Amino acid sequence: MTAMRPAVEANGVTRVFRGTGQDSVRALDNVSVAIRENEFFTLLGPSGCGKTTLLRLIAGFDFPTDGEILLYGQDIAPLPPFRRPVNTVFQSYALFPHMTVADNIGFGLKMLGRPKAEIEVRVDAMLKLVHMQELKNRRTSQISGGQQQRVALARALAPQPKVLLLDEPLSALDYKLRKEMQIELKRLQHETGITFIFVTHDQEEALTMSDRIAVMSSGNILQVGTPWDVYDHPAERFVADFIGETNFLTGTVESAGNGQAQVALRSGAKIRATAAVDFRVGSNATLMVRPEHAKLVKGRGDLCGTIENIVYFGTDTHIHVRLDEGDVFMVRQQNSRSAGCGFENGTRVGIQIGDNAAQLLKD
Amino acid sequence: MAKRFDVRRQNGFVSLAILCFFLLYLPIATLVVYAFNDNDSLAIWKGFSLRWFHVAWNNGLVIESSIRSFQIAAVAALLATISATMAALATTRTNPYRGLTFKYAFINQPLMVPEIVTAVALLIVFSRIKIWTGYSGLGYLVAAHTAFCVPFAYLPIRARLESMDLALETAAADLYATKWKTFRHVTLPLLWPGILAGLMLAFVVSLDDVVITEFVKSGGQDTLPTYMLGQIRRGVTPEINAISTAFLLLSIGIVTAFFFVSRKRT
Repeated sequence: MTAMRPAVEANGVTRVFRGTGQDSVRALDNVSVAIRENEFFTLLGPSGCGKTTLLRLIAGFDFPTDGEILLYGQDIAPLPPFRRPVNTVFQSYALFPHMTVADNIGFGLKMLGRPKAEIEVRVDAMLKLVHMQELKNRRTSQISGGQQQRVALARALAPQPKVLLLDEPLSALDYKLRKEMQIELKRLQHETGITFIFVTHDQEEALTMSDRIAVMSSGNILQVGTPWDVYDHPAERFVADFIGETNFLTGTVESAGNGQAQVALRSGAKIRATAAVDFRVGSNATLMVRPEHAKLVKGRGDLCGTIENIVYFGTDTHIHVRLDEGDVFMVRQQNSRSAGCGFENGTRVGIQIGDNAAQLLKD
Repeated sequence: MAKRFDVRRQNGFVSLAILCFFLLYLPIATLVVYAFNDNDSLAIWKGFSLRWFHVAWNNGLVIESSIRSFQIAAVAALLATISATMAALATTRTNPYRGLTFKYAFINQPLMVPEIVTAVALLIVFSRIKIWTGYSGLGYLVAAHTAFCVPFAYLPIRARLESMDLALETAAADLYATKWKTFRHVTLPLLWPGILAGLMLAFVVSLDDVVITEFVKSGGQDTLPTYMLGQIRRGVTPEINAISTAFLLLSIGIVTAFFFVSRKRT
């Protein structure tokens, strides 16, 4: 087993849906990505970005217009789904309503022609893995949504696939259950050692669960990286905007080099920022600052403005400041038990932006 | 707040509904009541008796034509249901394409073409085939019944297939089921209620067909409905009522049985 060999590789995958007449849709446009063995990999993006299409191509429910999909080096793109050692957890769960929980979980092994005794042992092990032993003989219509979710997981894991695909499996659950299942999924991935490919549009879900995230938009992968990478070092404006909350400031590059740059804002304020790529001096550029990386101060800061709105969130407070240049800048401040956040609506404040807090982005 | 429109609260709705049910069921009720009339005449009540049921039971022609009716209906309904299931699968488990709507219409054609037209057409074609082959058995009736039963079996099966979650079949394929295994283990078990409903409808429709049977049948091939038609021409006795009543009870029995079977499946 070579550790560095990718479990799944997409090479130049394109999928075009031919519509009626001339309007065809390019759901995936020359996408290449390598997913490592034993990785919790997330495809993240807004609806229509092509994440589900890519998942369906890996599962075999759909076939690429162009490009290849490799599973441990073997091209599986032309294989039907039942010949791929890959299983899926569906968004709607798609449990078989005419079967018991146990029969659902054992279905894959039964289709593979495994002996009955082996299936029984494996089903029991799966039921234990997802804590569902008592509901073994229930019909799937007689169990709750969260339990159905667990059965769907157990069913997909039972045949010990090389890769498990998860198509927004948590979207139908309520907030609390979703949080529980996020931890549960991480545990299952850890215990089974199977590569998970997870599709979601929920950036928080992606950040908390993934080893690596691929951020997608209109048929392209914009960035692949760890949650820390994509959050703190987004490759472009779309990624920064889609993941987490961000303040954007526009200005002119005054000096650039060695991954650093200085930007002058319209108000004349000068901000130091990191820059992933080289920017031409004198060109316009977008700066991003995460709300929690800026600090509100009484008096003057790197930026100045007037507090417009204070929103209390329990764990923290969001303070919206109308900058002198006209934009609204949000600062997130951790709450403590001592009363208030220390600021009031309408007061003039300064905003301090620490070293390394600002980043220059290409649009 | 304005009252929501409710058809039940419209003036005269209740009386109209009662009138409709009256017109619908009064003749049937009368027929059933007079089946127990102990009189040679249909119109004058003399007293309660099972006499005419006895007469019908001992009438060899009644029994013979009843058996023939059931034979034809059983075979025709089965063949029609199998064809309809295949047609329904072919027309629902596919991406929509030009000409699909035309296929729906084509399959349902027997519902739209006047029965008498089909009957005359079959008469002409079959008489030719009879001359060529010399065969004059029940096959013609079975073939004709199968043909006009297909849409009745097709409609409930297609409805069931269309309401089925396609992700279930995808999930089966994902879990290593080939197309055939997916059909056998997932599609077919979920389709059963639709298939049973189709079978039942086809059976009942075949059982009471008169027009096509009357045209297609050879001598001595009366089904129960055509036999009854022939009897009425000669003058009516309560025997006809007795046969009809038995027929009615049997139909109700079959429909009820199918209903319970299909309900248990879902």
